[in-house]
Amino acid sequence: MSRIGEYSQVAPPGTVDIVERLAARVRGRRFLHVSGGRLGGGSAATLRAAIPILDDLGIDTRWEITGGDVAYYATARALQAALEGGERVLTEAGLEHYLAMNRVNVRRLDLDADLVLVHDVQPVSLVEARAGGRWIWRCHFDCSGAQHGAWSFLRPLVERFDAAIFSLPQYAHRLGVPAYVVAPSIDPLSDKHRDLGPREMQAALASLRVAPDKPLLLQVGPFTPGYDPLGVVNAYRIVKTHHDVRLVLAGTAEGDHESREILANLREAAQQDPDIVVLELPADAYVQINALQRAAAIVLQKSVQEGFDLGPAEAMWKGKPVIGGATAGNAQQILHDVTGYIVRSVEGAAFRIRHLLNNREQIPRMGAAGREHARRAFLLTRHLLDYLALMVHLAP
Amino acid sequence: MRATTHPFVFTGCVELREALDVHALDERELLDRLREAPADSIFFHTHGYFLRHRPFTTAWGNDFARWAAVELRDPVLGERLAVVDPFAFPALDGLREELVTIVDRHVRDLGAVVRLPWGRGFHFQQSHVVEVPLGVQATTLREFRDALSTVDASAIYLHMVDARARRGRGAGDFAEWLRAALGRPALAEQVGRIDAYLTTLERVRGRLLDLVDAVLEEDGE
Repeated sequence: MSRIGEYSQVAPPGTVDIVERLAARVRGRRFLHVSGGRLGGGSAATLRAAIPILDDLGIDTRWEITGGDVAYYATARALQAALEGGERVLTEAGLEHYLAMNRVNVRRLDLDADLVLVHDVQPVSLVEARAGGRWIWRCHFDCSGAQHGAWSFLRPLVERFDAAIFSLPQYAHRLGVPAYVVAPSIDPLSDKHRDLGPREMQAALASLRVAPDKPLLLQVGPFTPGYDPLGVVNAYRIVKTHHDVRLVLAGTAEGDHESREILANLREAAQQDPDIVVLELPADAYVQINALQRAAAIVLQKSVQEGFDLGPAEAMWKGKPVIGGATAGNAQQILHDVTGYIVRSVEGAAFRIRHLLNNREQIPRMGAAGREHARRAFLLTRHLLDYLALMVHLAP
Repeated sequence: MRATTHPFVFTGCVELREALDVHALDERELLDRLREAPADSIFFHTHGYFLRHRPFTTAWGNDFARWAAVELRDPVLGERLAVVDPFAFPALDGLREELVTIVDRHVRDLGAVVRLPWGRGFHFQQSHVVEVPLGVQATTLREFRDALSTVDASAIYLHMVDARARRGRGAGDFAEWLRAALGRPALAEQVGRIDAYLTTLERVRGRLLDLVDAVLEEDGE
């Protein structure tokens, strides 16, 4: 069976056929991705899954990585943070060094392709050396509130591309080139999202010391203010006075002072209440996160800071209703009152959890609707269709 | 069984979305932007709603109504916009004029309006529809029925919705083929009258199949 054929059982009916037919129209074309690294989740995980499939479909797909010294990485990180709206000090010398290092990357990398997709900030200035083919900048973050200085530096570079791609229309900044909209996706056959057998589930939950003996409320996400894990604890406490439930907060702690303080507060709450479980997991704990999401009764994504985190889509794919904070990324994923609820406060989250626990027949109904919504809108197969449509449209 | 030498070729589609530099943060800005937005964007936010909300019967019927009700918290405007049936307008200019008239009438009675933050604004988009021939064709009503029951739902959208509203093929591709190529004017008229508003592409497929099945039964098939 071809790689794409393996997705026939999980993608919407007819999707794999359309992927194959679109791919046939651009067979033999050269499709190059350039990013700052191959590791981690998010866009890198999507590329790790998508590239072998596209290659198998007859599209000559490659992935190049830019690199440099410590100062280069530091400037690229600071530039991206400033483009995401954070205050950073960007010096002319630092930016000039970043450009110089990317000129070295140009000499080192093979950038010859019919369609070149440049991901995020680190490789963006490679466009200065573009020769043939169509070049597109793929921005995976919200740059609508970019710091003026950072945007002034980036904009002339982005306008040398043929087009840009953003995850949501409101994440785009004003540009002189077309801005396409492509939402991120999850790979349903990866360890994080594939079906798990009962024994595998039990083993994963046992390894985390999470007993599935009462309804689980789950939030997966970093222990940072943007994910409001303390707000989730407070919502749980309101619910707990009426329902015997367990709260699991699974995620990673950032190194900054604020995150460490949040983690300390969560641990203190867990010490006082055995039904609060705080799990600090490594970034590659895919099977464990999969098992937690499948074991949960209700999943929370109480984000208060903008960003297209795929937590709701991941949980919906596992048939769970999702209660999410009112960010644009969550609103794009959660169909309010159909696949879950969008809430704007701790009290709103508690109210919706209680509502679902008191009307339990709605949990599987919403979960089933969520799975179908995720199947249509957030699987890798939809992402492949977007890539192929882009190739047909821009590099036929 | 009547056969035609002009087969119906089923074509699916993939929608490539494009963000426009056209935004509204309150009702009055929505009115101004509705007047100036490209016709393709009006199409995207009304007819296109049905392609993007395939599995569910939608609560609002178009993006403008949903935004007014959910983000602006202006349920009256939301309801007034939701009731606009985009399929009732033979041309997009007429649909635009209807939307503009509704918002114009509504803002006249408004006092101060609340401006939303950028992230919750209405951000106009349009789409490029990439057509994908599905390798399925029909020369008889039976073949048409069998193909219709299995093709990707995007083909229903392209032949029933996009053909009517964006490409000016009045009754849609299915009705036109049934009438002109297969000589089935009564069935064509029924297919042309199918109401695609506030339903899902799968339900439209179901109604099409019901109509075709009834004719096949009459034919003794």
